[in-house]
Amino acid sequence: MKEQDKSALEASKHNRLSHPTAVTVTDLNLYYGETRALHDINMVIPEKQVTAFIGPSGCGKSTLLRCFNRLNDLIDVCRIEGEILLNGRDIYAANVNVPELRREVGIVFQKPNPFPKSIYENVAYGLRIQGMNKRRELDETVEWALKGAALWDEVKNRLNDSAFGLSGGQQQRLVIARAIAVQPKCILLDEPCSALDPISTLKVEELIAELKSQYTIMMVTHNMQQAARVSDYTAFMYMGELIEFGATNQIFTKPRLKKTEDYVTGRYG
Amino acid sequence: MKGLTKWIAEGTPWVWLNAAAVSACILLVVSLLTLIGVRGLAHFWPLAVQEIVYQQADGSELMLAGQVREEEKVTARRLRESGVEVAPDTEFVTRYLLKTGNRDILGQDFRWLLGPSIKSSSKPHSMVVFEREEWGVFMGRLIAVREAGQLLDNPDTWGEFQRQLVHANNLRDEIRDLEKGQIGSVNYRLERLRLKQRGLELKGKDDAASLAAIESDRQLLQNEYNGLEQELGRLYTELRRDAVVVNTVDGKELEISMSSIVDAFRPNQMNLADKFGYFFHTIWKFVSEDPREANTEGGIFPAIFGTVLMVMLMSVFVTPLGVVAAVYLKEYARQGLFTRFIRIAVNNLAGVPSIVYGVFGLGFFVYTLGGSLDRLFFPEALPAPTFGTGGLFWASLTLALLTLPVVIVSTEEGLSRIPRSIREGSLALGATIWETLWRTVLPMASPGIMTGLILAVARAAGEVAPLMLVGVVKLAPALPLDGNAPFLHLDRKFMHLGFHIYDVGFQSPNVEAARPLVYATALLLVVVIVLLNLVAIGVRNRLSERYRGLES
Repeated sequence: MKEQDKSALEASKHNRLSHPTAVTVTDLNLYYGETRALHDINMVIPEKQVTAFIGPSGCGKSTLLRCFNRLNDLIDVCRIEGEILLNGRDIYAANVNVPELRREVGIVFQKPNPFPKSIYENVAYGLRIQGMNKRRELDETVEWALKGAALWDEVKNRLNDSAFGLSGGQQQRLVIARAIAVQPKCILLDEPCSALDPISTLKVEELIAELKSQYTIMMVTHNMQQAARVSDYTAFMYMGELIEFGATNQIFTKPRLKKTEDYVTGRYG
Repeated sequence: MKGLTKWIAEGTPWVWLNAAAVSACILLVVSLLTLIGVRGLAHFWPLAVQEIVYQQADGSELMLAGQVREEEKVTARRLRESGVEVAPDTEFVTRYLLKTGNRDILGQDFRWLLGPSIKSSSKPHSMVVFEREEWGVFMGRLIAVREAGQLLDNPDTWGEFQRQLVHANNLRDEIRDLEKGQIGSVNYRLERLRLKQRGLELKGKDDAASLAAIESDRQLLQNEYNGLEQELGRLYTELRRDAVVVNTVDGKELEISMSSIVDAFRPNQMNLADKFGYFFHTIWKFVSEDPREANTEGGIFPAIFGTVLMVMLMSVFVTPLGVVAAVYLKEYARQGLFTRFIRIAVNNLAGVPSIVYGVFGLGFFVYTLGGSLDRLFFPEALPAPTFGTGGLFWASLTLALLTLPVVIVSTEEGLSRIPRSIREGSLALGATIWETLWRTVLPMASPGIMTGLILAVARAAGEVAPLMLVGVVKLAPALPLDGNAPFLHLDRKFMHLGFHIYDVGFQSPNVEAARPLVYATALLLVVVIVLLNLVAIGVRNRLSERYRGLES
């Protein structure tokens, strides 16, 4: 077993003791055609905690994140080996209902991607797909989701305006509201703040801190300070491999491996 | 020299070249529209009627009345060669095309006059132009009005005539309503009854009871018909009761029954406002009335109606088919050799000459599909075909096939413009591909779909060649949409503006009379296409407004 694997496994064991497990990744390999993008990833992600994925560009963080709700399925040449257990269930098993899985694992992308609809309809989108049609039920859930995303006070008087009229930060929180409206178990955040200004970033970070009481959050970020500020656990990835995984405090203050230390102190990457 | 090199290197010639190309395009469009606009609209302008004393080749003088439609300069040499005597020192001679009307008397209604042979011309106020149901227009003077055989001695003959004309036109309207409406409906029901009886016979269920029921129905309809026919006879008698006495400029007197006079005007007495009034009045009649006299007179309403209806039906057929095909190619099919092959095939389909589609439509739709439909569902009408002959349905379907590639290509383009993030956003919320398509992707691609439809409409409305094979006729007895159930008669033949231009321009016995109609119809075809396009563009702009922000 390689050095980093051991480290990751140790960290996993550690996690397993302190928090219940949400996701278990075992021997995950991912190929784009002939290229191997993820190498033997093994990790255990704790429930209702924020797990940050850091690493240089192209190291496979986003690819790994997109494995958790099977968004990689959309890419024709993508092939996956290994196992991901979500609450004990293999999400790559043949009998998995993929839309249902995606309902349980919401995702927010780097660039806000609201639909060309009203603010209200954006949040209600997932609910309508689930078959919720009663106006009152919808109203209540939309309000709850918007409050949950700390956006309600800003938009409550213009719910029927186009979502494109919102600022970038508001759009990003709208997308988060849209994701939590369907009450997922996990939320994946793929560099959620990289397109935002510092004030919007702060608001989204505060939101993440609040959301973790109810959701398991996995977050890819390029911003080391952000990872240090908001996450409970941090995974450092490099060239498609998981180098080190542990409590954020430990990764940033006394990393076990030289590579991790070099990266978090800004010596390369 | 150095200056020139620098000038070229800076790219200035390019700018000039581009500007010149754009100007050439604009110039072409403007001159095309001006030509057909001016020539087409001039047809409706009330020209003065001139009374002309004309010296014929043998020296005798002839009185003529007519409207100068054209003038042109011809070389004296050409005239001399064709045996016309021209004064020796002239080089050019102006000649005029005079519309004389009065085809029943003169044998033709246009005549070329040589300028030098015109002894005198005047525009007497008393000249009247009568538009008639047959024999084209009559030009001459109104002498008297005859009501029920009696000459009226009211000195205001024109006033009396106007009164009669209003009366006659009311009667004519009544007759048309009766013929096309009630009598048409009775005939339609009688025909249905005949088919029902034949159907029963074919099935061997023609027992006495059902035959008796049919017979009693038929008797009822027959009685209704007899009543209507009596009414029609009465109207016709009343219409024929009155007449006008007129004479031509060379003194022939004749009587024209009010039943054959459609309209009349005195162009030499009109002021500018009157002329404009008459101008718009005739334009309205042109777009709202049925054609008369082998399409050389009257309006072209059935052709406009047929064109628009056919284009709409075509849109109804082509849009779903094209969108579904594009969605499959773009969203569901695994991209590879197969989809590439299909795309190449679709693109090549767009390049197939339209007449080939016409042949396919005739061979496959009309004969094969239509023939089978007839044998299966309309055996009682055989051997007369129902769907086994060209008609609105097959024509629309053929054009839908013709325009399908355009719709597929633009829909695919519209689909590929939608950012991946929107699709992923929808899928990530637990939507299936179908839900994503239906709720987000297709609405966002709708401007692209509309673009395809706009191109399709423009192409279909102007197409003539394939239509000649699959259902367009020179003169359709009834509109494909009327008050008899099932209201929309997809099996009927119809008229089409493009074919009308061809028919009037090239199949007409009266070339001079037809020429302005060709321009007028062409203008109208352009107007119809522009209107259809404007509607589609309006819809598209509303849609893109709604999904604006997508580009960011």
